[in-house]
Amino acid sequence: MQPLRQQGAATEDFSRLLDRVHEISRDVVMASARDVDRDARFPSEGIGALKELKLLSAYVPSELGGMGLDVVQIAKICEVLGQYDGSVAMIYAMHQIQVACLVHHGLGSSDLRTYLQQLVQQQRLIASATTEVGTGGDLRSSVCAIDIREGRFQLVKKAPVISYGAHADDIMATCRRSVDAPASDQVMVLARKDSYTLEPISGWDTLGFRGTCSSGFVLTASGSAEQVLAIPFAEILSQTMHPYSHIVWGSLWLGIATDAVNHARGFVREEARRNPSIPPTSSLRLAEVSSVLQGMRNNIAVAVTDYRRMLADGQHDVFSGFGFAIRTNNLKLASSTLIVDIVSRALLICGISGYRNDSRFSLCRHLRDAYGAALMVNNDRIMNHNATMLLTQREG
Amino acid sequence: MYADKVRDILTQHGRLSSPVDQLQDTSDLYNAGLTSLATVGLMLALEEQFNIEFPDNMLSRKTFASIEFIVDAVQKLVDK
Repeated sequence: MQPLRQQGAATEDFSRLLDRVHEISRDVVMASARDVDRDARFPSEGIGALKELKLLSAYVPSELGGMGLDVVQIAKICEVLGQYDGSVAMIYAMHQIQVACLVHHGLGSSDLRTYLQQLVQQQRLIASATTEVGTGGDLRSSVCAIDIREGRFQLVKKAPVISYGAHADDIMATCRRSVDAPASDQVMVLARKDSYTLEPISGWDTLGFRGTCSSGFVLTASGSAEQVLAIPFAEILSQTMHPYSHIVWGSLWLGIATDAVNHARGFVREEARRNPSIPPTSSLRLAEVSSVLQGMRNNIAVAVTDYRRMLADGQHDVFSGFGFAIRTNNLKLASSTLIVDIVSRALLICGISGYRNDSRFSLCRHLRDAYGAALMVNNDRIMNHNATMLLTQREG
Repeated sequence: MYADKVRDILTQHGRLSSPVDQLQDTSDLYNAGLTSLATVGLMLALEEQFNIEFPDNMLSRKTFASIEFIVDAVQKLVDK
């Protein structure tokens, strides 16, 4: 991977952009959030509003027409969206992970450069087919294999989950490098909507993140061999997909947690107003949760600025080192645990008003979404990996 | 001189998808099914066998990429 010359938007421009994100989130995303959650339907209004702001190509370098934002700025957008609707934020974050894989590893292919320009013009939404029926949730092994002949590829993948698969414009999939490659020798390929079909195999009726519509499908795709990323998926994973995922997910979970604490803040203030001379008991709980939230925020801030620096340095060895993988996993373990902790504390503060679906202090959707965090890449699997990798670490 | 022992350890701990005796010293072990997590067991067994310690800066993907690279690394650490 070349050092990434993503300068990011200037502070003033970015702060104006964030104001716009807040605006569309209030007007469009939040307006449909309840409906999206109840019906487990795709948030087309919210994603449509993000497309109007050209936010789907926010991470595409400016020389290809994108905004050229850096990872810190992308993470901030995910956090803001998380304050309004976890599903919209999750869809946006997952799309950005795919964009980052293309931007970090696909610029050497003229087909993929052209694709990124189309992404800017058409604001195409990219989904991901990484897990597979038969691999037990292990991203690093594939059953399906890509078949490349005379410059064309063919692929059939049975994916138990493709988030917003039916609503995406394109899909990035992992598979074995060739029909005779071992399960761990994988590549990543971009499948274009005009040359794939999706056959549904399961639905998506879940506790939370209901709007992500993460149903299962059999993906049958073909296309130009140029759409296969040239470097092994193992490297794409360690340099981009793994750190980028846990940063943008952590950031949107932080957004959900922040909004829950804002609800609690509003609730405590109303209580305090009724009896201004004595601070309500709940204000103590608010002080407590605000400190936990700050810890979560700082943890993510350190991880994302570290990662931005590493991208700028472009040193391969640091990415493939166990130390970085362990820190990235720790970020995921901490933020997915803290979101539940923080929303639960906020619920205790808001009491029955938070427990109700029909109150302006309702925290029901926050809490249901929060419990998904530990499961998307199960924390036990992550902890097992860390337990193994820690055997190599003498310090740190 | 370490290649035979390295091959034994690879057979036991590498969790490769192809038999080690069919691999050249220069074959890419990741193409033969080696994963990053399996390199941990490999590292521990090499440390035990040769009474060495891999410093953090040698624990990269490249160190375990082929039998030749592993032998080089072992040689370097034994000579230390």
